[in-house]
Amino acid sequence: MKWKLRLKKLKEFGRAVAKNKMALTGAVILSIFVLVAIFGPLIVPFSTMEFGAVEDMLQPPSGKYLLGTDDMGRDILANLIHGARISLLIGAVATLISMVIGTIVGILAGYFGKRVDNVLMRFTDFFLVIPWLPLMMVLAAILGTSLWNIIFVIGITGWAGTARVVRAQTLSVKERQFVERTVSIGAGNLHIMLRHILPNVFPLVFANTVLVAAVAIVSETTLSFLGLGDPTMASWGMMLHYAFEGGATAAGAYWYYLPPGICVVLVVLSFTLLGYAFDEILNPKLRVR
Amino acid sequence: MTLLEVKNLKTYFDTSKGLYKAVDGTSFDLDYGEALGLVGESGCGKTTCALSITRLLPKEGKIHGGEILLEKTDLVKLNDNEIRSRRWKDVSIIFQGSMNALNPVMKVGDQIAEAVILHEKASKKEALKRAEELFELVEMPSKRINNYPHEFSGGMKQRAMIAMALACNPKVIIGDEPTTALDVMVQAQILNLLEKLRKELKMGLILITHDLSILAETCDKIAVMYAGKIVEIGTIEDIFEKTAHPYTQRLISCFPNVGKEKILPPAIEGVPPNLLEPIKGCSFYPRCHMGIPICLEVEPESRGLGGKHFAACHRSGEVSHEQ
Amino acid sequence: MTRKMIVRKLLYAMLTILVVLVFNYILFRVLPGNPLSMMMRNPRATPETIAAVKEFYGLDQPWYLQFFTYFKHLAQGDLGISFVYKAPVADVVAQKILPTVLMVGLAEIVAIVVGIFLGIIAAWKRGTKLDVATLSFSLVTYSVPTFWLGMILVVLFSVQLKIFPTSGMFTPGKDFATTAAMLQDLFRHLALPVLTMSLVLIGQYALTMRNTLMDVLSEDYITTARAKGFRERYILKKHALPNAMLPMITIIAINIGFVVAGAIQVETIFSWPGLGRLMYEALRARDYPLLQGVFLLVTLSVVLANVLADITYSYIDPRVRN
Repeated sequence: MKWKLRLKKLKEFGRAVAKNKMALTGAVILSIFVLVAIFGPLIVPFSTMEFGAVEDMLQPPSGKYLLGTDDMGRDILANLIHGARISLLIGAVATLISMVIGTIVGILAGYFGKRVDNVLMRFTDFFLVIPWLPLMMVLAAILGTSLWNIIFVIGITGWAGTARVVRAQTLSVKERQFVERTVSIGAGNLHIMLRHILPNVFPLVFANTVLVAAVAIVSETTLSFLGLGDPTMASWGMMLHYAFEGGATAAGAYWYYLPPGICVVLVVLSFTLLGYAFDEILNPKLRVR
Repeated sequence: MTLLEVKNLKTYFDTSKGLYKAVDGTSFDLDYGEALGLVGESGCGKTTCALSITRLLPKEGKIHGGEILLEKTDLVKLNDNEIRSRRWKDVSIIFQGSMNALNPVMKVGDQIAEAVILHEKASKKEALKRAEELFELVEMPSKRINNYPHEFSGGMKQRAMIAMALACNPKVIIGDEPTTALDVMVQAQILNLLEKLRKELKMGLILITHDLSILAETCDKIAVMYAGKIVEIGTIEDIFEKTAHPYTQRLISCFPNVGKEKILPPAIEGVPPNLLEPIKGCSFYPRCHMGIPICLEVEPESRGLGGKHFAACHRSGEVSHEQ
Repeated sequence: MTRKMIVRKLLYAMLTILVVLVFNYILFRVLPGNPLSMMMRNPRATPETIAAVKEFYGLDQPWYLQFFTYFKHLAQGDLGISFVYKAPVADVVAQKILPTVLMVGLAEIVAIVVGIFLGIIAAWKRGTKLDVATLSFSLVTYSVPTFWLGMILVVLFSVQLKIFPTSGMFTPGKDFATTAAMLQDLFRHLALPVLTMSLVLIGQYALTMRNTLMDVLSEDYITTARAKGFRERYILKKHALPNAMLPMITIIAINIGFVVAGAIQVETIFSWPGLGRLMYEALRARDYPLLQGVFLLVTLSVVLANVLADITYSYIDPRVRN
């Protein structure tokens, strides 16, 4: 019965999303990039990413190289497709880490309240206040620049907002009768948190995910651009790093610095659109009529 | 001369799902110093009715027909500037749950004074003086005009709201659920205050509520609204003693006798009709315990039952005997 | 607001600062692979250097004394010596504060004024083309990495149109006859960094203002004001805006972390000689004392700015004031 109700709510939400132009646009763009990230590298051979001959360096788009080459003679289109996989992977895993930490901290704080809440929220506020980019830069510099370190650094710095939202929702769920009833039956804390609170805060966590994901993708790009990316993994941010260091802007090599940036903007925009649309669906006051 | 006459008012909302007929052919009148209670379930159109009078409807809402005559002037026909100058000066509103009807970052006195300045062309000093007088009128210490809304209790906020509504000596005051969310004691105080002021100041009062019990002692007349229409209207006696509509009867049975301890009223079973769709026959039929075949086919017209008592029911004569 | 509340807020702020300091200590001294141990293991470090480092950080002392030494140095404003600049970190950092404050301050002012203005219009003309345009602009600028926007603007205004210089604060090697000439040169160099920063911020402020104002406009007290017979413009000015501006203060404060991130990128792209560029340089050269110094300064400023905003807010909002 409960599941049926949830399924019905989910369907309603799905219909609202399908009707919302912003959400639909975001979902379509995102799906395209996800498909490219999954299947693209299978179609485009890796060999096109190897250093090219001297005459192939920094060539404008042509029949041979659809999007031209970079300053090391590598095919930019191929780079872009492989970069999609890396950028999205970093974004997805980092987001997952943030969401898990944020949800756990939020539920614990909201459920136990009192001192636990106080300590956890002070801690959360600290992470909210501290400027994220300098923190990421310092952490990345100390931990070293590998793919997993970047993921870890982004994930560990991005959970505070989620924790706050989840805490607030937990507090309101806790007030509802069925939780009280479960407590009186004598169910354990863990059981209540997992079986009763989590399913009820989940829609909110889901809506928050897209916003965290947007920040994660921008963070990856920025860190890589600042030279903190994994040099062996050509993410979009690394491509922009090489473009900037290689003087692509001064050389007028638009085919070099534009495509990776456009890809980042499109992916982040799709998350932002989804996030805004979710907000609009959940908060009717904002609707443009 | 009648103070306010609402004739066949039709207010519709243009929604994405179609035309929502919130108020569909409502008529009533109000005399100087008279109090009319407008009662019905939420969504029956009573608030829309109130907002229509000073044309405060949201963008989607429009008056599609009817007249609203205030001392013979049709408010529906006034242009924007004219209706604006009538608001608060002629008709003021005490809003529903006035917890948030006062601006939280403005001193209450200033909120009263700004209306006085606008309509009475008074100076700021005179206006604040007036605010102090008004506070005394609603039995509040005059120096409290320098407080912000959050510094008041629920009942005090409501008093401040009433003071504000009186600011420009309006001819009509509309109270939209003015005592909802207040506890019973405060509720009684506020209602007494409203009754006293209306008699002293000879104002017309329209009291909108979903709770019939509070009208019995405050009002002269009661209009019962259902699905955008007035289904029964009459004096207190007409409504309570000679009930002529099954819906009124249900509303009455929803509250225990006045004076006795309040118990949770049994809700009327069923839901009001969807006002987006055309209704055939009587709109109350699906929930009515007295329905007969004709109710399904023909919409009952409002029929006079003697004096100022009207009801729209095919079996209006039998209602008070059915028990 | 009572004095007790201010004291409590200040106490919280001090607690946060203490956490920042301890955090900084852990980051640079305790974490595995921390810069200090890297420095000690550097094969090129001479015994004298190692001895000097050991002495400065008190490495031969027990940990609690090391911790104490750390605070003693901080209290004296002694942040160590920069590897690259071969000068005290505090001195290096101090020189870079003004350019950053100038650039970021200007960008913030522009962004707040334009953003709030756009947000008001969008909320007011809700659903019109103008609203949709503002909304789209906000969502797009929110999605653009700041450094990339900077790159595009350089290409557009410096490489193609040649209106503004690409980098720096003044034209190198140029002597200025008058102060006016110097200021003109400064503002030409300021234009692109400020434009980049404010473009990114305008969208956020506009969107927040729009949504807050829309929320406020649907409040009961707005209906009350309409019922009182006021014109829409008066209601907006006297009732809606004072309520909508309050959350903006908080948003602007919370956003400072974002501004810092933007400053680092913008200063890097435009070689603006401020704290952001310094941090980038320190990072690239793995100049840890310098990195730590900038990090500490930036973090503390952000914490303090938040406290200030918090206290300001409670003075302005009557609901908190009492």
